[in-house]
Amino acid sequence: MKINIRKLSELTGINLLRFFIVFTAVFLISFLYIIFSRGVEVISWEFITKGPIDSMTAGGIYPAIVGTFWLTILSITFALPLGIFTAIYLVSYAKPYWFVRMVRIAVNTLAGIPSIIYGLFGMTIFVQILHMGVSLLAGSLTLGILALPVIINASEEAFRQVPKSFRDASIALGATERQSIMRVILPAALPNILTGTVISIGRVAGETAPILFTAATFYSHNLPSSVMDEVMALPYHIYALMTEGAHPAKQLPIAYGTSLVLLALVLIVSAIAIIIRYKIRKNRKW
Amino acid sequence: MVENTAHINARNLNLWFETKQVLHNVNFPVYDKKITALIGPSGCGKSTLLRCFNRMNDLIPNCHIEGKITLYDQNIYNSKVDITEIRTKVGMVFQQPNPFPKSIFNNVAFGLQLRRMKKSRINEIVEDSLKSVWIWDEVKDRLHHSAFSLSGGQQQRLCIARALANDPDIILLDEPTSALDPQSTAKIEELCLALKDKVTILIVTHNIAQAGRISDYTGFMYLGEMLEFAKTKTLFTVPKDKRAEAYLTGVFG
Ligand SMILES: Nc1ncnc2c1ncn2[C@@H]1O[C@H](COP(=O)(O)OP(=O)(O)O)[C@@H](O)[C@H]1O
Ligand SMILES: [Mg+2]
Repeated sequence: MKINIRKLSELTGINLLRFFIVFTAVFLISFLYIIFSRGVEVISWEFITKGPIDSMTAGGIYPAIVGTFWLTILSITFALPLGIFTAIYLVSYAKPYWFVRMVRIAVNTLAGIPSIIYGLFGMTIFVQILHMGVSLLAGSLTLGILALPVIINASEEAFRQVPKSFRDASIALGATERQSIMRVILPAALPNILTGTVISIGRVAGETAPILFTAATFYSHNLPSSVMDEVMALPYHIYALMTEGAHPAKQLPIAYGTSLVLLALVLIVSAIAIIIRYKIRKNRKW
Repeated sequence: MVENTAHINARNLNLWFETKQVLHNVNFPVYDKKITALIGPSGCGKSTLLRCFNRMNDLIPNCHIEGKITLYDQNIYNSKVDITEIRTKVGMVFQQPNPFPKSIFNNVAFGLQLRRMKKSRINEIVEDSLKSVWIWDEVKDRLHHSAFSLSGGQQQRLCIARALANDPDIILLDEPTSALDPQSTAKIEELCLALKDKVTILIVTHNIAQAGRISDYTGFMYLGEMLEFAKTKTLFTVPKDKRAEAYLTGVFG
């Protein structure tokens, strides 16, 4: 009987596994189907090139696309160099001393903090204490901090994947430690760092909470003219469509349309990252 | 036969990793424009000794070194020396070919670019270096292709060219052919013989026959000691040390 019980539990295990896989697939497909089927009806050329009109019940979402674009670009511009140099610092010590350990703990903690708290933090530091006001700049910095742990971890991983023999070769040719990092190790790690960064773009572009108090406005007639302006943003626009305004029934399809655009953008960016990574892996010979 | 001059010498060299002593009071000369081979069973400290000559062991935490290595009357372990300058005068080639993930040209130009040499001068030196390792004709039309497009043997010769571009006094080779096929190995051995007119060579080899074929002097190492150092001919025909004799006749390896 013993064997039968084992067989039975094995069979149950496999079927349970199948069930979860099917469940996940069904969930994902219906998720995509609902967003697509409800969003697609409002999608038009106007929708992605014009601003909202008639208090968000008609028109498009162009300012929100532009806002999300700039928030993403600026936050990455700020987070990428900082993330890379933090990672260099973390991997440069063969024997980590207490400060390196502290930085690492801080990075991991940062990665686990709920994004609404980033929003609160950004508001306090950037909007209030540094007098940036609710602005593209304050929002980008807040999003940048949010992206930082992802970029640091991706960079650290990328640096660790660079063979030690490159550094040995560089040092043996008379390069200093710094020259070896800048001229050999960083260029070798950069493709992987950038893939990690592109993935973090998906996160940054989709976040609402961090920009809630720091950058976003639910309606703006003009595009931002400087980094000190408030901006519309896609995720926040969805939130606004669902919670503000006088015509929820007319706003709902627009919210789905906006979701579809946001989803498409994030998927496109992720697909690009996957393609880049695939190409690099294929061409890399070490 | 006239005695040769040695401008590079190891004197009373002792080395510890943590508390483990790996080199014991090593003394020997590296004669100018000659090939000196270091042989001995694996783990006896050959690589470690070689890495003392360009201070690569400095990269290993808890490595402690006592004694001297002199390079033209300068002790490279003197605290005042510029280590990066030492490393341009003492080139190194590793066991596994390790070109940078850069173009063939940029591999050879690396050391020169570090010192911000003029472009035209870099071009000349790159060409000369590639010619001196007999690879110029094979690569002159694809200098800007990745160094990884070369075969293993070519990559190793590229690494030698990269070291030569710095115009070193000596190059250190750590089992440079152990990852290569017999044909590429023969080519590198031939190359060493050709290069010794220009540059002093110190080579570690696990291959006794290779030491016999190419070296002028041989040091036999055993458990971190240099048990015997002599002209290769002498060492291979009448070794004084019992253990050297046993090693050379293949009693242990
Ligand atoms: N980085 C290191 N840390 C500690 N011990 C080491 C290190 N590198 C080498 N050793 C030890 O030093 C001894 C000599 O090693 P090595 O010089 O590589 O020998 P060989 O090149 O003759 O085979 C070995 O016992 C090895 O385990
Ligand atoms: Mg070795």
